[in-house]
Amino acid sequence: MKIKSLKARKDSLAQTEKQLEILSGGIFKDGSLPTFKEKVKSSNLPAVRPTALEILQINVGYMCNQVCAHCHVDAGPDRKEIMTHETMEQILTVLQSNTIKTVDLTGGAPEMHPEFRWFVEEVRKTEVEEIIVRSNLTIILANKKYHDLPEFFAKHKVHVISSLPFYKRGKTDKQRGDGVFDSSIEALQMLNKVGFGIAGGSLELDLVYNPSGAFLPGDQKALELDFKKALKEDFNIEFNQLFSITNLPISRFLDYLIASENYEEYMHSLVEAFNPIAVENVMCTNTISVSWEGYLFDCDFNQMLDLKVEASTTHISEYNTDVLSDRNIRLSQHCYGCTAGAGSSCQGSIA
Amino acid sequence: MKKSYYQPEDLKKFGKINEWNEALGSKFFDYYNSVFEEGSLSAREKSLIALAVSHVIQCPYCIDSYTKDGLQRGIEKEEMMEAVHVGAAIKAGAALVHGVQMMSRHDQLSM
Repeated sequence: MKIKSLKARKDSLAQTEKQLEILSGGIFKDGSLPTFKEKVKSSNLPAVRPTALEILQINVGYMCNQVCAHCHVDAGPDRKEIMTHETMEQILTVLQSNTIKTVDLTGGAPEMHPEFRWFVEEVRKTEVEEIIVRSNLTIILANKKYHDLPEFFAKHKVHVISSLPFYKRGKTDKQRGDGVFDSSIEALQMLNKVGFGIAGGSLELDLVYNPSGAFLPGDQKALELDFKKALKEDFNIEFNQLFSITNLPISRFLDYLIASENYEEYMHSLVEAFNPIAVENVMCTNTISVSWEGYLFDCDFNQMLDLKVEASTTHISEYNTDVLSDRNIRLSQHCYGCTAGAGSSCQGSIA
Repeated sequence: MKKSYYQPEDLKKFGKINEWNEALGSKFFDYYNSVFEEGSLSAREKSLIALAVSHVIQCPYCIDSYTKDGLQRGIEKEEMMEAVHVGAAIKAGAALVHGVQMMSRHDQLSM
């Protein structure tokens, strides 16, 4: 089924206030479930605070060639929000004057940004050790101008992290759209061909698994073995690691949960699976998320909920490590998604 | 009192069993968790066995739990349905094999 973004549908959930209202109301208001803050406190854990800022995750825009049913960005071809050249320059200035280990590029499909390649080249000139590109894979085949992306990624030693919800066609296409599986497989073969994901090699290719429905991901290691075996046997594809990521109850996934009457049960599952060890390692402790407009957030999810960092500097043009290191992280009930079971982050399990 | 014997929300309250007898309840939950650990059978195989048994004993709570557990483990619907058929076949066979008793009794009583 072809779907449009919530924004294009003029759905009330396109409003972040509406999403936050749902996440704070109902079962969390009537006391059936504790709020995330209450849960952290009753577990005798310290408040969630930043440690060292190592990762700058940059969302260059919401435009995407796909419209995935679970997308927390509400991305799609109808989204026109895009980072300006000026904001990119401001980020480069920050990278030149601060010690940031990793730049993590996401979107939308970040490769669709007209200045994507220029930006990657400029980031490579800085001291940043690792450049991650979160690629949806199908973009590589979407248009002739993207066919050489694997070579470009190899040349700049980009760490490619790609979504592939399952190693079989059915579940992948249901979540991400018809034909996505076949294109993804072809793109993975192209990446393997230039050396990505080959054991012992230096070019990293990791895959991201997220459940195609209202359930939590299983054990990351067990799923990785299943993925590796199936992709090798069926398509001769290799990759490095599998990251299993929990779907957070915001944006289109929240819309799905409500429409399918799974919201309450899903929130119960997240709260029940609350893991104190995961709280210590949540990604907001070492990451700053930058929006296409240059605003700063604790994570990509808070960005989509328009919860800017609680600090005196909230824009990349005034980036200040000391100020950002001394902030409180903004929490709501979606945070349970990062602390359920083995935990979840953009780098997979965390506990 | 509610009008139905089964309440979906009761599954979430399973742990409350301990409130009225913690010693026995804890023994059960410890045993249960140990059974489902990786062993000579994988946790994945055990999940499918549990799903099949859930159908044979017609436990709605167990069916809900092990369908979700299977999804989390990446077990596919085709595998789940085959497991259900294994359970159903054993149950059907168990009914049908009694037909031999019926035949013997019939022949014994007939001239």
